[in-house]
Amino acid sequence: MKLLKFFLIGVYFGVVLIKGEVVSWFRIQEMFHFRSFYMYGVLGSAVVVGVISVALIRALKIRSRDGSEIKLAGKPFNKVGNLTGGIIFGFGWALTGACPGPLYALLGAGYWAILLAIAGALAGTIAYGYLKPHLPH
Amino acid sequence: MLDFLSSSWPWYVTGPLLGLMVPLLLIVGNKQFGVSSSLQHLCAAALPLKAAYFKYDWKAQAWNLALIGGVIVGAAIAVSLLDGAAAPALSQSARELFASWGVASIDALQPAELFSLQHLFSTRSLVALLFGGFLVGFGARYAGGCTSGHAVMGLSLLSVGSLVAVIGFFIGGLLVSHLLVPIVMAL
Repeated sequence: MKLLKFFLIGVYFGVVLIKGEVVSWFRIQEMFHFRSFYMYGVLGSAVVVGVISVALIRALKIRSRDGSEIKLAGKPFNKVGNLTGGIIFGFGWALTGACPGPLYALLGAGYWAILLAIAGALAGTIAYGYLKPHLPH
Repeated sequence: MLDFLSSSWPWYVTGPLLGLMVPLLLIVGNKQFGVSSSLQHLCAAALPLKAAYFKYDWKAQAWNLALIGGVIVGAAIAVSLLDGAAAPALSQSARELFASWGVASIDALQPAELFSLQHLFSTRSLVALLFGGFLVGFGARYAGGCTSGHAVMGLSLLSVGSLVAVIGFFIGGLLVSHLLVPIVMAL
């Protein structure tokens, strides 16, 4: 039952990804070719809401529902890993027109061809897992 | 309400609803929003992999798998009840661009050239989806996060590493979308 709340938040996220057209290959290519403001508006306003939310949680010392202090430390800064991994991710984002959230959403939406991309993403994860000790981060 | 949800959402509806994922997960479960770690958890849970990267207690991260289970169901709901597969209102210049790439199926959520099952094992689909997916998985784990974990959550925390990763996302995306995607779509 502990997991049910996360499942329900996921349902909400899945609806937003599909209805927001964030899953659309067309929207992603349109963004990278600067042919529309749409995706920039989506990502920009999402970050604005996120920044304000985090600031409010900090300022009002809002606690998590179980009473624990909310953890607001960012991910570790790995100069080479963040940039190199980021660029490689960008290659894939443009090629598939989908990032990880949309991979799952497109599966749920019945675009079965996305199973190819999911299989690829799992293979990429396995490759990274084995190469990690040999890569600069 | 249902009519509104089923209509096409403007960016200023979609973006804030997406951004709400940050406080939702923090307040409901004290979890930081992120999707791509689920790929690592799926591998750790389902496959007998020997690398140290997959030797950890993935069950402690089961919330992340519950989240993506929800995404799959939510997407199915959006498509079946809320007209989720409707074609985006693309800009005229984007439509002309896609036409110039030979993409004929513009009036859909996804191009049939990539997503219809009759093209599943075409060179185009294998490069764009299978190889593209490989780069998504490899790159997201190398970068330590994807659009959710770095662009939305990380930037919300004003994290420098996340900003660097997002700059990388756009360097890589711009290069491939301009130089490679038109060639791949012509395959």
